[in-house]
Amino acid sequence: MRTIAVLLMLLWAGVSNAVEPSERLADPALEARARVVSQTLRCLVCQNESIDESNADLARDLRRLLRERIAAGDSDDAVRQFMVTRYGNFVLLRPPVMASTWVLWFGAPIALLGVIAGLLIVRRRPAAPPPALTAQEQARLATLLDQPE
Amino acid sequence: MRRWLAVLPVAAFILLAGYFGYALRPDHDPHELPSALLDREMPAFALPGLTAANLKGQVMLVNIFASWCAPCRVEHPLLMRLAKDEKAPLYGIAYKDKDADNARFLAELGNPFIGIGYDRDGRVGIDFGVYGVPETYLIDRDGRIRQRWVGPLTPARVTREVLPLLRQLQAK
Repeated sequence: MRTIAVLLMLLWAGVSNAVEPSERLADPALEARARVVSQTLRCLVCQNESIDESNADLARDLRRLLRERIAAGDSDDAVRQFMVTRYGNFVLLRPPVMASTWVLWFGAPIALLGVIAGLLIVRRRPAAPPPALTAQEQARLATLLDQPE
Repeated sequence: MRRWLAVLPVAAFILLAGYFGYALRPDHDPHELPSALLDREMPAFALPGLTAANLKGQVMLVNIFASWCAPCRVEHPLLMRLAKDEKAPLYGIAYKDKDADNARFLAELGNPFIGIGYDRDGRVGIDFGVYGVPETYLIDRDGRIRQRWVGPLTPARVTREVLPLLRQLQAK
């Protein structure tokens, strides 16, 4: 019983948000859209939370503003663009794919492919046979082998 | 070929350590963002006390401040000096502040501003892309934002960045 309670609590912990009841839009469809869009926008004060999760003052102002735009009939993309013109691409939690973000998007997969390719090449090549023993080493080996246990 | 491969991880480590060291340099704040409006026209705002139209045609500094903001208090003597000694044209936008509190703040510490706009709900601040007061914007004759400083100005920043850029734009 207690396990189930704890698990339920953990389940809810993930969906916590900072939206106050007074901020919500009356129309549930519009409110749902607002929630989705606000989860993709960064709170610039905390910088690692979306404005949906953040309790910062600015995040609250931006949530209100976003809901106003959506209630006024803006599309989701128009609202995002509204934020980007003011705060730059950094406000988007999912950075757009563009020349300056190629390293971010493709760097890790390319590095991984490089490592895999490198490993395959090294594996394929038969290891070079060790150089033959010199006469001196031959003699030492013979004496070592001849020694009684 | 094998030797060269062995050097690769070491080289990668040195490269990364160098970059991390560079990113941790003491005068660098990674939270600081360049303004999205850099080299673009400032928002066409109309606040009680100050409108964008009032400001056209001159090079100036616009400082966004509030009486509730502790770093603003720290920064204030520097603004006073900028206005008095350097004759820097300085305008203020009171961000999400109560008028009475703001008046008390300026009565106590002095008023370096030629004009003040009262952004009571913070909407104009959002249009400017404000995310942490105090912020200072340098605006040129055409009304374009040329630089933005987030956080309190420091004497070093003023002599190294603010004044040179201000003088350069004024000389044009």
